[in-house]
Amino acid sequence: MAITLGQRAKSIVRDPFFWVGSREMGGTALGIAAWGLVTGVAMVKSGLSVPLALFMGLSVYAGSAQLAVLPLMAVGAPLWVVWFTAICVNLRFVILSSMWRSYFAHLSLRHRLAVAYFSGDVIFVNFMRRYPEARPQPEQLPYFWGAALTNWLAWQIPSTLGIFLADQIPLSWGLGFAGVLALLGVLLSMLKDRATWVASIVACTAAVAAFALPLKLNILVAIAAAVAAGLMAEQLQKQASQLPAARDEEQRS
Amino acid sequence: MMSSFWVIVACIGLALITLITRAFFMIPERELPLPNWLKRGLKYAPLAALAAVIAPEIVMSNGQLIGSLADARLPALAASVVYFFYKRSILGTIALGMAIYLPLHIGMGW
Repeated sequence: MAITLGQRAKSIVRDPFFWVGSREMGGTALGIAAWGLVTGVAMVKSGLSVPLALFMGLSVYAGSAQLAVLPLMAVGAPLWVVWFTAICVNLRFVILSSMWRSYFAHLSLRHRLAVAYFSGDVIFVNFMRRYPEARPQPEQLPYFWGAALTNWLAWQIPSTLGIFLADQIPLSWGLGFAGVLALLGVLLSMLKDRATWVASIVACTAAVAAFALPLKLNILVAIAAAVAAGLMAEQLQKQASQLPAARDEEQRS
Repeated sequence: MMSSFWVIVACIGLALITLITRAFFMIPERELPLPNWLKRGLKYAPLAALAAVIAPEIVMSNGQLIGSLADARLPALAASVVYFFYKRSILGTIALGMAIYLPLHIGMGW
């Protein structure tokens, strides 16, 4: 029997895991909100009218890509430059989508696309912490939508406020730093063994060293370097645990 | 100057880019085979992406490494990191960091 979209949405919102997902966005939402506010202000300050800024915020829904293309749009760069920049900034999502697939491959194409559009970095991190094993479970869908809707509201409400209050909020205050701190908190919460520490230190160094690259490609360089470093650190740890000294210690304990 | 039509076309394209990049590997019905080492390695990608977005925001301005320690971001960063490992709360980390950053940045111009 076919159920309507409305019935489906209702059963998702009634699920307790919807609220777990929403709650776990928790403190991070404050940082996301500050970043959304700054993005809203930035859209108007780079010359978009209020209706166009609203349209951009509600349709594009990708903070880092918006902030990257706004200066290009303001100087009237060609469309392909604007789009190509956004693709480069968003390439990290292509990598994340391969991991979403292991949880949501069984959904219909339309539902998969909806999940994809609303999936941001922080939702991904929370989801992977709760479900580290790539195995579909019924509670994952309500959990996802709880987190995704919270993220959407935490971004869109302040972004809209920023559009209307653009003249009252100077960008020089540096409110966007709250967004950096939020991501910092998320990053620190992911450091759990030597390999993750090594990977993130390598990523930080590479991102700064390669900063001069155009189109924010330094982020991709950092991801490639960190994946290599993480795999190497895992391997070294495995080899070290097979050394005779380590084995003796294991046997003694 | 940007015409409204141009902005609307640009935004529709950008929205499609958001959708397609985030959906990329979820679009095909059959799974695209990825080598095993890559699958294992990709679990470092989200953490690397976060680190790569944050690091330049903290230690660079205008594309250059910051040359002065009188920068409001540094004390805020130090306090936030210590606080996080002590309390494990992201909300508190943001609040403390901003409580240190804003007065130094707006008040003293650091």
